[in-house]
Amino acid sequence: MSSVAVTTTAARRRRGGNGLALGISLGYLSVIVLLPLAAVLLRSLEGGVAAFWDAVTSPQAVSSLRLTFVASVLVVLINAVAGTAIAWVLVRDRFRGKSVVNAVIDLPFALPTIVAGLTLLALYGPRGPIGVNVAYTQLAVVLALLFVTLPFVVRTVQPVLLELDPDMEEAAISLGASRAAVFRRVVFPNLLPAILSGCALSFARAIGEFGAVVLISGNIPFKTEVASVYVFGQIESDDVGAAAAVSVVLLVTSFVVLALIGALRRWATRHDG
Amino acid sequence: MARYALRIGALGYLAALLGAPVVLVGWRAFEDGIDAFLTAITTPEALHALWLTLIIAAIAVPANTVFGVLCALSIARRRFRGHGLVNTLVDLPLALSPVVVGLALFLVYGRNGWFGEALIDNGVRVIFALPGMVLATIFISLPFVVREVVPVLREIGDEQEQAASTLGASSWQTFWRITLPAIRWGVAYGVVLTTARAIGEFGAVSVVSGRIAGRTETMTLHVEERFQSFDLVGAYAASLVLALIAVATLVAINLLRPKEEER
Repeated sequence: MSSVAVTTTAARRRRGGNGLALGISLGYLSVIVLLPLAAVLLRSLEGGVAAFWDAVTSPQAVSSLRLTFVASVLVVLINAVAGTAIAWVLVRDRFRGKSVVNAVIDLPFALPTIVAGLTLLALYGPRGPIGVNVAYTQLAVVLALLFVTLPFVVRTVQPVLLELDPDMEEAAISLGASRAAVFRRVVFPNLLPAILSGCALSFARAIGEFGAVVLISGNIPFKTEVASVYVFGQIESDDVGAAAAVSVVLLVTSFVVLALIGALRRWATRHDG
Repeated sequence: MARYALRIGALGYLAALLGAPVVLVGWRAFEDGIDAFLTAITTPEALHALWLTLIIAAIAVPANTVFGVLCALSIARRRFRGHGLVNTLVDLPLALSPVVVGLALFLVYGRNGWFGEALIDNGVRVIFALPGMVLATIFISLPFVVREVVPVLREIGDEQEQAASTLGASSWQTFWRITLPAIRWGVAYGVVLTTARAIGEFGAVSVVSGRIAGRTETMTLHVEERFQSFDLVGAYAASLVLALIAVATLVAINLLRPKEEER
């Protein structure tokens, strides 16, 4: 057999192997992800578009969705500032124990959400040792969401800041720019795609959060009930149609945010080039 | 001066949001002494919850690891129609409310669901039983291995794989001898994240489990159940066990991260 023939059979075989991998992947994704989500979509439309609309615009659903979106936007804004500041301190500052602080940033990813909720309740709840009690208020919802979304902006901004060459900032300063001007005109534009990416991830996570919120918010309808908790309540009380309708709103939001993150990534890589 | 203000601000924020609450849980778990803590984590319900959590992770993590590697190979090495859709579907569990995931499984496998009746007629219970909890956990922890392995595959390129197959290696040999050794730290990193997520899952499992103490209760559900039954020591004790698993995860992540980056 000539070497050319060997190459082509080998290449064909390789392609065949990858084809199997692709087939298995698509099958797995369809059964695990696509099929259940299709069931939610179809169930929400079972009674027609009017029934869907009625379910989504029922006063309790609207109130829970409004709280979810407002709290999430607030959390994103706080994260944009706090996350960038933390990333800055971790990259540019030097102090003892920095590597421990850097490792602890990922704790909200590793800690089960129900434990996160319980820990916050222990410190900021009715029996808290510092006398601050935010339990069963809308502030508690924001606090829980801040906890679970903390790593996103830090972890998207940190690598960009590491790559950012301080020479550029020094050049700007030597040319007479103030520190504030250097941050605004040199550092910030470079960080912006990463900050926005982190914000989008935070938003997606905040919109759907359940475990961290469920204990500390008290789940009071029209006051501290977020969308996930509302959906959970509707499933428990056997109103699956209403649960499916609000779920579709959350599902579509997740899709849109993911598409946005994809677009941001393409924008960020274009800036690199 | 500004530097110190920023440092104190950032560290203070972290201490108030992360440090203090977590330390306090450790404190509260031992509030009534070490015996009360040990009693709380060795009740039959607590032990069963821990056991069930480990079984679910032992099924979900290998399933998602095999899928993760295959899917990453497809995404990184192949052009196919619907590439973007596959990418989005893989990321979706990161962005989707776990309660929606639970509801979705309920609608497919539940009593009035698509396959519910057929399954019950054949004596298979999915919802309010182990299979449903496993499916929920697989869904939730699906993205991590894929997300960690795809960038590694892109970075290493496929020259070595092509060379191996040119020299007559089968795709199976190429995978085991060339590709897998190159991506092993990425896979390990993904497996750690998948395991942490699988053990910590709450919302989706909560919907499909029925939360029957001693039967379909995982560790996270046990925490909530103890809390709702006003057994705070029990809730904090189980939380501390989960928090220690989370700390072990962080240690593993920090040991693996440099290995993954030094390539």
